[in-house]
Amino acid sequence: MTSTAPLIDLAGISKTYGPVRALSDVDFSVRSGSTHAILGENGAGKSTLMKLLSGAITPTAGEIRVDGRPVHFTSTRQASERGIVCMFQELSLMPSLSVGDNIVLARPGRNFGFVPGRAYREAKTTLERIGAGAIALDTPVHELTLAERQLVEIAKALYQKPRLLILDEATSALGASAVEKVFSVIRALRDEGCCVLFISHRFHEVEALADRISVFRAGSHIRTFPAGALTRDEIVALMIGQSMEELFPPPRPPVDAAAAPTLRLQDVSFGTELSDISFSVRPGEIYGLGGLDGQGQQRVPEAIFGTLSGVTGTIEIGGRRFERRSPFKAKGRDFAVAFVPEDRKTEGMIQPLSIEDNMRLAGLGLGGGKAAAAERDRRCRALLARLELVCGGLGDPVSSLSGGNQQKVLLAKWLALAPSCLLLLDPTRGIDVKTKAQIYRLLDDLAREGVAIVLQSTDYEELVHLCDRVAVFYGGRVARELAGETLNPENLISAAMGLSRNDQTGDAA
Amino acid sequence: MIATFIRRNMRVLIPAAAFAILFSVYIGTHPRGLSSYVLTIWSNQTALLAFAALAQFFVVLVRGIDLSVGAVVALTNVVASHVLDGQTVPVFVGVLLVLGTGALCGLVSGLFVAFGRIPAIIATLATGAVYSGLALWLRPTPGGAVDEALSDALTYTIGPVPTSLVIILLIVVLGTLLLRRSTFGLSLYGLGSSEHSAELTGIDVRWTRVKAHALGGLCAGFGGFYVAMVTLTGDAGIAPAYTLNSIAAIVLGGVSLAGGAGTILGVVIGTMLLKTIAALMFFSGLPPLAQPFFEGLILAAAIAAGAFGILRVRNKLKLFSQ
Repeated sequence: MTSTAPLIDLAGISKTYGPVRALSDVDFSVRSGSTHAILGENGAGKSTLMKLLSGAITPTAGEIRVDGRPVHFTSTRQASERGIVCMFQELSLMPSLSVGDNIVLARPGRNFGFVPGRAYREAKTTLERIGAGAIALDTPVHELTLAERQLVEIAKALYQKPRLLILDEATSALGASAVEKVFSVIRALRDEGCCVLFISHRFHEVEALADRISVFRAGSHIRTFPAGALTRDEIVALMIGQSMEELFPPPRPPVDAAAAPTLRLQDVSFGTELSDISFSVRPGEIYGLGGLDGQGQQRVPEAIFGTLSGVTGTIEIGGRRFERRSPFKAKGRDFAVAFVPEDRKTEGMIQPLSIEDNMRLAGLGLGGGKAAAAERDRRCRALLARLELVCGGLGDPVSSLSGGNQQKVLLAKWLALAPSCLLLLDPTRGIDVKTKAQIYRLLDDLAREGVAIVLQSTDYEELVHLCDRVAVFYGGRVARELAGETLNPENLISAAMGLSRNDQTGDAA
Repeated sequence: MIATFIRRNMRVLIPAAAFAILFSVYIGTHPRGLSSYVLTIWSNQTALLAFAALAQFFVVLVRGIDLSVGAVVALTNVVASHVLDGQTVPVFVGVLLVLGTGALCGLVSGLFVAFGRIPAIIATLATGAVYSGLALWLRPTPGGAVDEALSDALTYTIGPVPTSLVIILLIVVLGTLLLRRSTFGLSLYGLGSSEHSAELTGIDVRWTRVKAHALGGLCAGFGGFYVAMVTLTGDAGIAPAYTLNSIAAIVLGGVSLAGGAGTILGVVIGTMLLKTIAALMFFSGLPPLAQPFFEGLILAAAIAAGAFGILRVRNKLKLFSQ
């Protein structure tokens, strides 16, 4: 397709959240009849870009032009009326409504406010088009699996007859055959003149689908080029923008294989999410938990820390069985486990409270009187100084800090308890590169001091460069444990996608 | 197929079965049996509460709660006792005034909730106090006059069938059509089910919430109007009973207090169930002063049943719905 004017044109777009710059001065355009991939690390600004385009948020500065005319979207409906439709990573289906109702609500007809019967027939046709005809229109969405929901979400987007279709990790839960079907529909849309803009972390998807590729890094648009113009390695270098050696500390010497493990799990299961997980972590070891989102790896630290009920199997910490688990018991003197949760906004800290008060929360109930509390305070301040916390004062509310600085407070508050075992859920998600490097150094130091660390991460580089061993999860099980020579990005990705070494056609459905 | 139907409609089927049993007991033990007279009294009582329960339902559907339902019923009842005597203004103008008052009350509460970002429980507690106060001011002691021809037409029977029962059936049919077939109705379910998803779908979350409150107010207005039809007076003191019973009725009818789930049929069945229980207690020889205690117990039991997950909407992917 060779339409001359770009369909969408961004000029000097910036978006800030308080002190955090999610996008800075971005110029970017897309044309009709193309498939355009957006690549970037977590926190590069990809999702912010998509949300701006779809009207979910408004830019702090700059101009968005559609067909050459400036627009100011204040809602997703306004954007979808101009043909810009986004399929969000966080699903936008309403659970108690049926599949059909969810789809037809995306584009309400006039008809005196009543939904005509043909709308439901069209919804059905759309589902059939993407190979999801088996999903009945009258099924309530809360009865669907994640993969089925993604298909409904895609149908919902297509139903709106988009000119620009934005897909944010749209197929992450789909199996290979379902993905191929969706891809063929996307190609057909492109040939009809639609522009498809998509975010994916899977290189082979990008290679299969994209005509053009744009790389974003730390909120800036780095470069746009035709697919195939650069090699994978060159693209990765653009995405990271910094050599691995600067970001990660040098490798640690292997830990003493004879040392007694600090943490040992035996046949730990949790509902349908975890089955028979067994591993042990020795002092000074960083044990990685990897895999695609939602394969159960996030549940492991929660199970160990005692925040999940109904976990079966044995967990030993420091050689003692940890039974009748609860977070309070876990952080106590007997076990000395610390847990840094995934969502610092809701789980990690109490936003309106001051930095100082948040620091002290983890130590509550540990006893030891004033002296111990003062000691914890001292350690916490030392950690914050070491992590170079940027703040107005320790009395400021945590909500005034940027994401990276909040993460520093969260880490400090737990490390002040001097744990023997540290559990971390994606501690560097959405954090700038400098803070990342500081956190990596801190974790490396802790390991050298003999702390056993369990690190769940979605960042492959982090797992490869920081961990001694990595368990890759797939469908609630450890698909493969990687260490030493086998611990490299290729193995991580293939194991994460459920591909064993002799089976290249794994289906994630 | 049948198993799926039962599973999906459990929230209505359980109260419907309970109602069928208790209603049979009631009619079976009543000295006059299934007569037009017994049915009319029961049905009028049900209709009184059904309007209030509907008012509560529309707000609860969008994950709110309306503590002003009883106050709006009382206020509109008092207004009705002033304007429905057939002399001050023509009767149809009076009816419009009464219903308009109800809708306006709901609209004001809705604006507070949606644009003032005040939790519904607080906003409606405040507006409810204002409406009750206004009702008391307009009619300090029960009294007033209501056009009797209109009252007779709406509270007796059409053939052997109580008029109020016909009205209830009409509401179920029209209300269900509105809720399940209109964009607005589906938006109410969508908003209650997940506000975030509704917003991403392009539903105007704030105005939908305001409309839910206004529609609830209109229903409460119908309630106050019907109280006037049945009692022929205005009484500012009826507010608290209606608020509590409206919540009890929808919970018994399988409406989720967490929003997004429930049907008009369920609301009506819940109301019938509650009224049948009350009628059974009336005939059971319990001292009248002990009845509020037992009504309270029933409400607590109904809510507890919800809390134990018997009627909960199960989400296969609770982890992804956050």
